[in-house]
Amino acid sequence: MIKIKDLQAGIEEKEILRGIDLEINAGEVHAIMGPNGSGKSTLSNIIAGREDYEISAGTIDFEGEDLMDLSPEERAHKGVFLSFQYPVEIPGVTVSNFIKTAINESRKGRGEEAMEAREMLAMMREKTALLEMDKSYLSRSLNEGFSGGEKKRNEIFQMAMLQPKLAILDETDSGLDIDALRIVANGVNKLRSKDNAVLVITHYQRLLDYIEPDFVHVLYNGKIVKSGDKSLALELEAKGYDWIKAENA
Amino acid sequence: MSDEILGEITASEYKYGFTTEIESDTVPPGLNEDVIRLISSKKNEPEWMLEWRLDAYHTWSEMVEPDWPNVHYQKPDFQAISYYSAPKQKKNLDSLDEVDPELLKTFEKLGISLDEQKRLSGVAMDVVVDSVSVATTFKETLAEKGIIFCSMSDAIQEHPELVRKHLGTVVPKRDNFYAALNSAVFTDGSFCYIPKGVHCPMELSTYFRINEAGTGQFERTLLIADAGSFVSYLEGCTAPQRDENQLHAAVVELVAMEDAEIKYSTVQNWFPGDAEGKGGVFNFVTKRGICERNAKISWTQVETGSAVTWKYPSCILKGDHSIGEFYSVAVTNKFQQADTGTKMIHLGKNTKSTIISKGISAGKSHNSYRGLVRVGARAENARNFSQCDSLLMGDQCGAHTFPYIEAQHPSAQIEHEATTSKIGEDQIFYCNQRGIGTEEAIALIVNGYCKEVLNQLPMEFAVEAQKLLEISLEGSVG
Repeated sequence: MIKIKDLQAGIEEKEILRGIDLEINAGEVHAIMGPNGSGKSTLSNIIAGREDYEISAGTIDFEGEDLMDLSPEERAHKGVFLSFQYPVEIPGVTVSNFIKTAINESRKGRGEEAMEAREMLAMMREKTALLEMDKSYLSRSLNEGFSGGEKKRNEIFQMAMLQPKLAILDETDSGLDIDALRIVANGVNKLRSKDNAVLVITHYQRLLDYIEPDFVHVLYNGKIVKSGDKSLALELEAKGYDWIKAENA
Repeated sequence: MSDEILGEITASEYKYGFTTEIESDTVPPGLNEDVIRLISSKKNEPEWMLEWRLDAYHTWSEMVEPDWPNVHYQKPDFQAISYYSAPKQKKNLDSLDEVDPELLKTFEKLGISLDEQKRLSGVAMDVVVDSVSVATTFKETLAEKGIIFCSMSDAIQEHPELVRKHLGTVVPKRDNFYAALNSAVFTDGSFCYIPKGVHCPMELSTYFRINEAGTGQFERTLLIADAGSFVSYLEGCTAPQRDENQLHAAVVELVAMEDAEIKYSTVQNWFPGDAEGKGGVFNFVTKRGICERNAKISWTQVETGSAVTWKYPSCILKGDHSIGEFYSVAVTNKFQQADTGTKMIHLGKNTKSTIISKGISAGKSHNSYRGLVRVGARAENARNFSQCDSLLMGDQCGAHTFPYIEAQHPSAQIEHEATTSKIGEDQIFYCNQRGIGTEEAIALIVNGYCKEVLNQLPMEFAVEAQKLLEISLEGSVG
């Protein structure tokens, strides 16, 4: 689904990613772990198309297309979704109005008809139930006055509504208590299929107890220094990141 | 990134820029007693009206143009303006079919098909092109309820006692420079009277439009809601593109008698000038209402046009328990300047006022909120709440807030809240990531920001207002 080759990027002269290679196939869940400042969020932002970064080398191929040629909204239309680490507030715009606009703009981008109001409503009901959200969420201003947990749940709600091919969850577990974590993870699991893929970015092994990855990668100092199966996550949890740092010193 | 987008959006052209070729009957430029006599006689006015105009003219002659607003512009040359312009084939029309087809086409371009309006929306309209009313609809329906809704010229002829009693009582001739000028030379406008206890069954609506190059437009509107009545009045404006600046100095007076309620909504989209700041309308307007006991006046405005705007729809809360409200969205883009706000004058006991002002500045524009809340010595338990928000787009525009508060009674409760924010790249990127392009994202964010005000507009207008916001911020808010 997505093939990243030798991706090198930075911000204002500062090198952050120093040659990332990563391939994710449909049906797979990958986790990227790593200490603070290793480049995890930079990677997810670049896949989503944030323009603040200087990309000096490498390619990102998404289903046969070079993502670098596409605007952030075009990437979204193709099925790239980013669950933000810090979702923004948009006062006066309700959750339902926002998601309706997002779905219909994406459909327009793909040359499809707008979704019928009735279908949209039914889907909103189903997905709020999936994430154990009260329906009153839908009429609240997007993220305004939301608690940390509500914001993250709202991200996964949007993911459920948009049904992306590739979902990147950037530290979706931060700020969640154990119940919210279970609900969010449960939501993600229900959305998994053989046709889509998930990239989980996290500091901690905790989330991976709920969303089981097929592959775990360790990002350190802008490079993937280790890859393995889910046992690697447990090893990291037990030993911490110091041994990775020592190995790559 | 966003600067580029903002630049693009701000650069979109004025979509209503066209002129209609209709022969006009225009008085030569200049202002003196003779011109006023000419206007008055062309309109076949009674002697008292002419005297009133001449008195205003003499007052005006001794006044100087105010320079306290936070706007900069080339002062108009009042001797270069033509003070009267009417579409030439002026005769009484029985139906829309008799209206010049060119004119009807113009309305269609603006998306205001009279036919449509008449058939579908049930909005009665008094259409003003330049200075003379062309068509008045639904007059009969209104007449059954005793409601008078006509042009000011007709009102002077047919209801002189009402006009004479109320004209200039809310905005006196010598109130300010432009009000005095308007009093001297106003050519037309709307007049409305709602009898005691009558709830006006439909939204009353007037479209103003400047259609003659170099013609100043001086509308005079007088709206009287008798005791216990209710009326919702809509006023919308669009103007064709012009190179030279055009002056628009209107006066609107509202009288809300005991227990009456007036809701006055405006969508203003005069030509704002081109991308270099050339041309555009000067909009210097005096709007004021007076509330008797237990009455309520609510002003709602969406201001997107004009090169320079100078406007403060105000309420005099004279009667006990009366209520004043002001809801405003003011958008400035390119080189536009707006100095707008309200005055809430609390005179009666237990009077209440609410001010919600949303300013949006883009391009190289400047947007000022200026508001006065005054609580008089006898206004026991007066309460005011003001909220003034400013939204900036890009880094070359300005937002300013000038609140004035004067409380002369110890029981007054006055609250003022103000915020300034910028449409952030984070917000835009978030929308982009969800598949929403930058322009749509800006429209979405702006509509959300203005929601409290847009919600106050009647349905028909809310849609038009949203469309206008999108057009004026297209490539400007993103």
